[in-house]
Parts: sequence; C-alpha cells; structure tokens
Amino acid sequence: MADLRIDLAGIKSPNPFWLASAPPTNSGYQVQRAFEAGWGGAVWKTLGEPILNVSSRFAAVSYNGQRVAGFNNIELITDRPLEVNLKEIYDTKKRFPNHAIIASLMVEPKQEKWHEIVKRVEDVGVDGLELNFGCPHGMAERGMGSASGQVPELVEKQTHWVKEVARTPVIVKLTPNITDITVTAEAATRGGADAISMINTINSLAGVDLDTWNTVPHVAGKGAHGGYCGPAVKPIALNMVAECARNPLIDVPISGIGGISNWQDAAEFMLMGATGVQVCTAAMHHGFSIVEDMIDGLNNYLDDKGIAAAMDLVGRSVLRYSDWGNLDLNYKIVAEINNDVCINCNKCHIACEDTSHQCIDLYSESDRPMLKVREEDCVGCNLCSIVCPVDGAITMVERKSAIAPMTWNERQSLIGSLSR
Amino acid sequence: MVSMTSQLDRNFVELTSRMTKNEAIEEANRCLYCYDAPCITACPTSIQIPNFIKKIASGNMKGSATTILEANPIGASCARVCPTEELCEGACVLNSSTKPIKIGHLQRYATDWAMESNVELFTKGQSNGQKVAIIGAGPAGLSAARELSRFGYDVTVYEAESKAGGLGNYGIVSFRLPNEVVDWEVEQIVKLGVDIKTNTTVGVDISADEILQQYDSVILAIGMGAVPKVGIEGEDLVGVHDAIEFVRQTKIGPLSTDFVGKRVAVIGAGNTAIDGATCAVRLGADNVKILYRRTRNEMTAYHFEFEFAKQDGVEFKWLTAPKKIIGNDAGEVVAIECIKMKLGEAGADGRQRPEEIEGSNFIIEVDAVIKAIGQTRFVSLIEAFKLKHTNGVVDIDETTMQTSHSKVFACGDVVFGNGQGEAMVVTAVQQGKDAAYRIHERLRKPSEIA
Repeated sequence: MADLRIDLAGIKSPNPFWLASAPPTNSGYQVQRAFEAGWGGAVWKTLGEPILNVSSRFAAVSYNGQRVAGFNNIELITDRPLEVNLKEIYDTKKRFPNHAIIASLMVEPKQEKWHEIVKRVEDVGVDGLELNFGCPHGMAERGMGSASGQVPELVEKQTHWVKEVARTPVIVKLTPNITDITVTAEAATRGGADAISMINTINSLAGVDLDTWNTVPHVAGKGAHGGYCGPAVKPIALNMVAECARNPLIDVPISGIGGISNWQDAAEFMLMGATGVQVCTAAMHHGFSIVEDMIDGLNNYLDDKGIAAAMDLVGRSVLRYSDWGNLDLNYKIVAEINNDVCINCNKCHIACEDTSHQCIDLYSESDRPMLKVREEDCVGCNLCSIVCPVDGAITMVERKSAIAPMTWNERQSLIGSLSR
Repeated sequence: MVSMTSQLDRNFVELTSRMTKNEAIEEANRCLYCYDAPCITACPTSIQIPNFIKKIASGNMKGSATTILEANPIGASCARVCPTEELCEGACVLNSSTKPIKIGHLQRYATDWAMESNVELFTKGQSNGQKVAIIGAGPAGLSAARELSRFGYDVTVYEAESKAGGLGNYGIVSFRLPNEVVDWEVEQIVKLGVDIKTNTTVGVDISADEILQQYDSVILAIGMGAVPKVGIEGEDLVGVHDAIEFVRQTKIGPLSTDFVGKRVAVIGAGNTAIDGATCAVRLGADNVKILYRRTRNEMTAYHFEFEFAKQDGVEFKWLTAPKKIIGNDAGEVVAIECIKMKLGEAGADGRQRPEEIEGSNFIIEVDAVIKAIGQTRFVSLIEAFKLKHTNGVVDIDETTMQTSHSKVFACGDVVFGNGQGEAMVVTAVQQGKDAAYRIHERLRKPSEIA
C-alpha cells in the first residue's frame, strides 16, 4: 500500500484527487458526498459577488459514439449568497477535517475587494485559496476571470494583494487562452503565489445544430463561447503543466487540471510535474464514485513500480521534456509488422500510402495476405502503429545509428564554430 | 383463448428483431473501415460494406441505404437471408481479434430505414428503345430488371406466380424473410417502370418463340422446380409433401392446422430440408425427424441452419435412408421404413458413398413425410427456347452470361449446378446484374459482338 498523501505548498490531502472548482463543488451537500466517495480535496465553486446564470449551460462533444469526449460550459461562478457558501464550507471542514477544502475566489481587480473576501473565507477554516484568473466566459466581460488572467501585470498585482493578507497557501489558477502560459505563470510566481493550477477551460463552441442552425448550447436562440474541458483537452493541459514545470523561473508546485479521467491520466500529470490533480468532467460524466478506481489504480501502479509514495512520482518525467532543438537527429526507429498478430485490416498500409511515406507494401505469401515495411523509406513517424487496431501487430523498433547523436542545436553551433 | 391459427401465426413472425438506433450506431462505430476490406470481396454483390456502415455512424441513412441497394437491388432480403458468417461476417478481420461486425443486422437497419422513409433512391434511365424480356421475377430476374431499367431499357418480366419475388415470396420461410420485405423490393423495381406480368406462364400464356421475336434480348431467370421423386414406394400417399411446396403453403395462405400434434419425417439434410423441418415444428408438429443417408459431415445445410433446427427440437437421424412409405387402407401415411447406412468408398464427387447395411431395416411411425432431396429443372421451358443444357442446367458462357442462343442470357438457379455458381439469393442477384451489364455492353459495343 503506497502512501497516497500529498502536500501541495502546505495544503495536505489524503490523496492527489481533488474536485476542481466547478458544478460538482457547488454546495456542502455535494462536497460532503464527494469526500464520502473518497475524493481527497475539493476546490469550492468560485466565490464572489453572486451572479445570475442562464438556462441551458452545458454541451458535450461525442466522438464515434463515445459521449463526452469534450465538454463545454457557459455557467458562471457561484449563484448562491457568500454567507450560505461560507457556512457550508465551515460545516464540511468540521465533518472532514483531514480533507482539503480550497476556496476558489474571483472579485474585481481591486485591492480592497481581494482583502475582504480572503479574510472572510479564511475565517471559516479553508486550507487554501485558489484565485480564479481563468474563467473564459461571462466574468471575463466584467474584467474578471480570464480577462485578468491574460494580463501578466494584473495576475502579479492581484496575487500580491491576496498575499498581503492571506494566512493560507495561495494557488493561482491560470487560463490557457493565452499564447504562452509560462508568462502568466511567472507573473503569478513573482506576485508571491505559493502554487499555480492549470488549466482552466479553453474558449469553445461545442457545435451547431444542423436542423435549427442554433449554436450548441443556445439560450433562446443565441449562443456565446463557453469553456472547453474533458478528455479532449488533456494533451493541451499536460503540455502547459510540463512547460511550467521545466521553467526554472516558475519554482512553485503545480496542481494539474484538464481532462483527467482516470489514475493513468493523473500519474502522467504527476510525472510531468503536477503535485496532485483536479478533476471535474469525469465526475460530471460518471458521478463521484469514479474516484474509487483513481485511488485504487494509482495505488496498484505505485506498488507495481515499487514506489513508496505518490509524491515520489512528481516531476519524474520533467527532465525528459525539452525543446525540439534538443532532440537527437540521428535517432532512428522503424515500424515492424508482426504478420502473425496482424488481422489484415490494411489501415497501416492506406494511412502510410495516402498520408505518410508510402513504405508499407501489401503482398501475399502462399495466398495469405501480408504486409511489410520497406525500412529504407520508413521515417519512424508512428502513424501505422497509431491506426493499427491490434496490440502487438506493429512495433516501432530502434535501429542503431552509425552516426553519433547530434541535436539541431548542436549541429547549428557546430556549423557556427566551423564558419568562424 | 387464443385460437390455434393465431398461435401458429406467431410462430412464423420474423425471428430476429431490428437493431435499435443505439445498437446500430454502437456497432457501426466498431467497424474499422478497413482498406480493401475483405468483407467486400466476400460479398457476391460487392457491397461497399465499410462505406455503408460509416454512413450509419454519421447519420447519413439515405446514403447508407443507397450504397447497399446500388450494389444489391435485393439488399433488404439479403440482409435477412444471406449466410453472413459464410460471407461478409466470416471475412471480417475482427474475427481474429474480437468479434465480427454484425454486417447483416446493420444492412437490415439501413434497408429498413429505406422501406419506412419511402424515399426514391433510383430512377429509370432515359429510354434507349431496346426491349428486354425477363422470364422469372425472382432475385436474379428482379436484379437484372432494376439495372436494365436504370440503363434505359424497356423491361418486361414474365412471372407464372400471382406475385413477383420468386423464392423470397414463395420459398424462404417467413420467420426469416417476411413477404412485406420482398413486396417492397418488387415495388421499387416496378416504380422504375418495369412491367411485371404476373400469372403469366411462358410456354402457356405466351410462347418462347413470341418472346424471342418481340424482344431484343431475353434473360432466363426461371430458377428451379419441384422436389423430384425419391423413387420409393408410397410417395403418392396422402401426407407425403414436397418441401418446396410445403414451405410455399406457409408463405401464401392461412397456416394449416393439419400438422398440430403430428409426427413428421423429413428426407434430406440440405437447407430446404431444414426449412421443411422447422416449418413443420412451427405448424405444431409434435416430433420432427430429419432422415439423412450420410452423416453430419456430409450434410449440405449451413452450420447455423443445423444449429437452428436443433434449437427448434428437430431430431437428426444420420446414416438413415428411406426404403418405403407405408400407408393405411385410406391411403394415408402411417410409417416410413428405413435402413441403416454406412459410409463406403469415396464417389466421383469426393464424398464417401453411403451403403446399405443389409438387414438393418426398421420402421418409424409418422403421420407425414416431407421430401427435400433437391429440385427438378424446368427442362421443357429451357428446350422451348432451344437452349443447350446439361441435365436441366442451362449452359452459359460465364463471361458473357450468354446461352447457346445469342439473344438469350441466363442467371440464377437455372444455371446453378454442375459446378456452375452457387445457390444463394445473393449470388442470383449478382448474376442478374451481370446479365444486365453484358446486355448493356453488347448494345454499347455492337461492332465487337461476333
């Protein structure tokens, strides 16, 4: 049994799985049900001046029959009075003292507003604060959420204002709706953030109804962009976490968010530098009980790998992530097809023939259809093994290069030194 | 109190139900969309199977139905009667990794959509002034008619029965293929301007010569006839049935209650024997035995038909040959005398020949006997057209589909046998298409025809 506890900038929780600030953490009733189900922490749905919501708020993208491959919402921050939320946070913390409760906050970019709300939520016993600089819709039009989060100076200044009064750790939640997230992450770090979390949702329109031509979702025939999350955004989120994790100027822990659906996703985020993860869409799709396999699966994985504690995973793959210019130009892999496992769907052949490097030949051997890779033409792109529906039919194998490793950057500096 | 007839009616309702939309989409999404897919190669009509399945997944139902029916005008029937595990589904690459796509069920889902939405999928071509007569409105004839009409021919189909559809309406058991499906397929072809003259027997109502004179081309698609004599005593007793006619009766009229509680013996173990046996069970027979002079290994029925018959409670008596049918004073069947057989040397066809075990005669008490030992040929009609044939199987050039008469083409069961073709609906459909294409090619390239 591995030790699953985490400590993110001083916020402790029994496991790395927190519910993200979102509809699942709207009330004490929900958060308490989540804790009963096993969630290690919860970031309360963002507190601020209560707002008005619209009806019809969510939409999802199905892919080949798989529902909720991606999820889109136009719901705003909490629509309940602050006093009600604070009382429920107090009650929940009292019932679950060992679970992490983090208050997500969003107010106008004014010092006194931040000071006031920080004091009020800390008074009811939260374990930490998360500044919502990410919400891309509605609140942004009022100068909050991602409107603040897209301006590094505002991120830094508001983080600083919070830190002036905060007694608990401060996490700054970043928006991905920006060209380079490390810029705002650095700003948060400069502002004194104890940790950063990412990603908030990505600006999105889930679809257009082909019969009515309305947007999906729509409100009385009119739509507005929402925020995209769910499994589809995981690779985007993972890259942003990794980019921040490998940036020496961003020396604070990261809470990973974005499409995490199971323990495997969580482990990947942790390997790429996240000290724990936040989940929303998976819970909205399946209910709180999905955390059971997240905990169990992560525990079994750690045991199998002989790793004593979840925290030992954090950042173990960060050094393996770099810039393209640092990749070895002389490393060579090629596809190898095992015709005994191959089921002859020929997807590799047509993918390579039509869209890659035309190096998979179809032939037959005593009337049996066979496939073969012409290695001299194979660039090791992986496409065939990606489209192959059968495990073990295509393996990408290394071909030792006669030439010593050399990266693009090394090559350029060598050329530079020779021309001098 | 449910009447006996309505109880029997229920026994003949189509067995498999249509996929739900969810099932169809889930299954369609499982299709790998293979390149050069083996299911297409395995389909005698070469339906672009991955394409029609992809179209179900994308919600393009009209396109899906069109893809199927373009390649196979009898695609709604074939969705139900094709031995898919021997064809498309048997070839599905997923057999090696998970389980094959339910292609037949998906094809039914798409063609059912076409039936219910009643959209026009095909149109008659601009008339080219050529006239074609097709003898026989079964799968082969209808398929040829559909294609020729699209090419602009004036097509007349002569059908001896009161309805078009052939085997579909008269030979394939209702619990596999309801007549409504066949009627719809016929209707689609009639909508293309094809004139189907039913209740018109060539050789009786119109002579072969008249047809040869009146039309530019003729397609002979007359199928096969009744079950031949077994050649044993007692075949004329009351209670001895021809399996083809026996099944036909279940397709055309009110179901007979004469078999309720009766004991039935079926002679033969091909697919028609299975049809006869399972129809007998569904008509209320108490006990149905299939008598076959060889063993399970030589049986020509498909494996799934064999399994189906067993589930219906049909008994199989292997190495059992009938010697004589025994009647009572009223001339009714009361028993069948059989003899045990053993397998001897292999015959010319490579199969071991059954030999009688002397003195092993025994009697089975039965109330009815159904003969299913093959089908006779319409030799006199074939000869009326002065066509060369081999034991009633019309000789054709398999490339041109032409018979010994250059104006007459032949397809379907009439050319099946003697190593020529296969007796499946789907094969007949392809041959019908081929005959149509050959006629059309001849028109387009008259100079190349010798």
